[in-house]
Amino acid sequence: MINLTIDNKPVQVPEGTTILKAARMAGIDIPTLCYFELDGMNFENKPGGCRVCMVEVKGRRNLAPACATDVMEGMEVLTASPRALNARKTVLELMLSDHPNDCLQCEKSGDCELQSLAARMGIRKIPYTGEQSHYENDSTLSVYREMDKCIYCRRCETMCNKFQSAGALSGVNRGFPSVVAPAFQQKLGDSSCINCGQCVQVCPVGALTLVDNIQNVLNALNDPSKTVVVQTAPAVRVALGEEFGMEPGQIVTGKMAAGLRRLGFDKVFDTDWSADLTIMEEGTELLGRLKKALAGEEVKLPMFTSCCPAWVAFYEKNFPDLLEYPSTAKSPQGMFGAAAKNFLAPKMGVKREDMVVVSIMPCLAKKSELAREELGVNGNRDVDFSLTTRELAHMLKQCNIDLNQLPEEDFDNPLGQSTGAAVIFGATGGVMEAALRTAYEVHTGKTLPRVDFEETRGFQGIKEATIDFDGFPLKIAVAYSLANARKLMNEVREGNPNGYHFIEVMACPGGCIGGAGQPYHHGKSDIIRRRMEAIYREDAGKPIRKSHENPDIIAIYKEYYGEPCGHLSHEQLHTHYFDRSDKLEVTK
Amino acid sequence: MCQCADASADLRLARGALARTRIEKNMANIKLSEEKVNIIKDICKSFGNQSGEVINVLHQVQGKFGYLPAEVQEVIAHELNMPVAKVYGIVSFYSFFTMEPKGEHPIDICLGTACYVRGAEKVLDAFARELNVQVGKCTPDGKFSLNTLRCVGACGLAPVAMIGEKVYGRLTPDMVPGIIAEYK
Repeated sequence: MINLTIDNKPVQVPEGTTILKAARMAGIDIPTLCYFELDGMNFENKPGGCRVCMVEVKGRRNLAPACATDVMEGMEVLTASPRALNARKTVLELMLSDHPNDCLQCEKSGDCELQSLAARMGIRKIPYTGEQSHYENDSTLSVYREMDKCIYCRRCETMCNKFQSAGALSGVNRGFPSVVAPAFQQKLGDSSCINCGQCVQVCPVGALTLVDNIQNVLNALNDPSKTVVVQTAPAVRVALGEEFGMEPGQIVTGKMAAGLRRLGFDKVFDTDWSADLTIMEEGTELLGRLKKALAGEEVKLPMFTSCCPAWVAFYEKNFPDLLEYPSTAKSPQGMFGAAAKNFLAPKMGVKREDMVVVSIMPCLAKKSELAREELGVNGNRDVDFSLTTRELAHMLKQCNIDLNQLPEEDFDNPLGQSTGAAVIFGATGGVMEAALRTAYEVHTGKTLPRVDFEETRGFQGIKEATIDFDGFPLKIAVAYSLANARKLMNEVREGNPNGYHFIEVMACPGGCIGGAGQPYHHGKSDIIRRRMEAIYREDAGKPIRKSHENPDIIAIYKEYYGEPCGHLSHEQLHTHYFDRSDKLEVTK
Repeated sequence: MCQCADASADLRLARGALARTRIEKNMANIKLSEEKVNIIKDICKSFGNQSGEVINVLHQVQGKFGYLPAEVQEVIAHELNMPVAKVYGIVSFYSFFTMEPKGEHPIDICLGTACYVRGAEKVLDAFARELNVQVGKCTPDGKFSLNTLRCVGACGLAPVAMIGEKVYGRLTPDMVPGIIAEYK
């Protein structure tokens, strides 16, 4: 243990602790900007670049960056000495001198760490004037880049490269023209970006934000010729409350349904319903492949889940040789859209073109997924607009609806009823667990002795397990972070030495609960943990916890689809993938 | 078994390390001759295809080709198994690396202290005006490229320019047309 004093307070911490962490343990909050950590999720951004955390260490000539300086025996640290304070303010003033300072119109206003820091440090004027950075704004269908606002903390770059291994962003140029950009400063949409949006989730300022669809949805709601239906993803209900001052981990399913109804949606449905549908299709597909494999036929194993659109984009760009491995099942968002427009619209006597399907997602990649050409009919998309959890909160606030004041209401039917298996889709391991619950019972004809598969739960980046399928050892793996998924994909490419049968992948930290469309967690991984606890609480409280026991799912197969992976479901609930890797043409 | 998997089998696309197909393509096609690709591959291989050696690889490849166009960086990224954004980040960081081709006669104007105080900037302007080319760029016919550098160790001759290996000293702007004429 190392003994030191921080602001004259004696502190004892393990060797290798940084001044920043030691101070936080002692209850002293040194401000940071570039530093970012997701505790327990293998993510740390520590470039030591912003110099906001500078502290005075007695006996040292220069100030030290607290985030990147380890404690030493007998160290005397002053975090708010006149010199440290002066340096901190100067750094901030310099940063603000090259910042647009258009806080009133900025999408990030209220959630901006630079704004809060300027307020906290009492910056009242910026004494420096001079050239300002100017870049052309850029946008994909999910991510909006306004690099004039970039403070070069490089959190996005670390997320993109270390956590996701997407490799779309890098620090480029040097000196004043330094900026984080794709290769050759091409547009983000032309790069290896997969639209996971995690760069947006960690950006401290308004340089990276989402593509806002609120107005489109308001327009649809106010168009009397349109029937507007909405679906809400599992992870939204355990995070939306945070935007209304509730503690993280509050379950607001009923209030959310009420809020959506107040906003004027004609039908309030649940993506959980289509998550159950996904399990029927994906589970049946898995069993089909396993049966073929056991019969000695050539079949692609392991099967990968295909619910996460960032993950789909990732393997299409990086593993075009493995396109036959993922399940062909559409994501729950996609299945819901297909069911709404092909099954529900005719049932309601509404023309396909007059139905608008809106999804509420914890995700930015869903905004890109819905635009995939194959997920629609003659240019009419199955899902028209996707809003994030944050956008829904904004929309409710704009329309003077306070979630706290709302009663608990139910979803509409027939696309609203769901099981516990569906709600756990929101957390890493959840799709796997839901699939196992159904596949086990369908395969063995027996009732599961216990519904909970603890093996698939928790925050470990890659989880592996062997599940006893009535004598057959089913080998599974679960990964979040696409860097982890890449490791598994490389294994599969090299012949699947671990013999996996089924692999679940979600791109975001802890799964969809840590999605880029969720309320900003500002690096507090405890918030993501509490959302996960809520997901499993919601599951445990459901009367039905297996997808194949959902009466509405049973009914729709009887009435419409026939059987899982049958002809109609093949047509409407399954999809295909494309090679979207970079092309290198070699000329003679 | 779902038939969808069979449907996607139809979509199976031939894949070679360097001959990949791409359906939705926004980026310009990367085109490079097989000979050049092999040169790059050999250089990468000589460094064990280690991403940590990327600076050395870039140095050698620029030595061969004179510059590092986007497609060359793509191949290097592929060979070293690293994101091309990172390769570009390095190329754009170090002033030694260039994405612009060098002319047949590369012109370098010294902007070191001694040359600068003796009017190097005016000489640079004269070259740029006379060749109608921006600093850092190459003339459309590929004959001349114009760049600046810091000190060639001939401060006594300031201001100094180099064209290829040849050093020109005590320059004035009015000497520039005559010098260029030597190479036309």
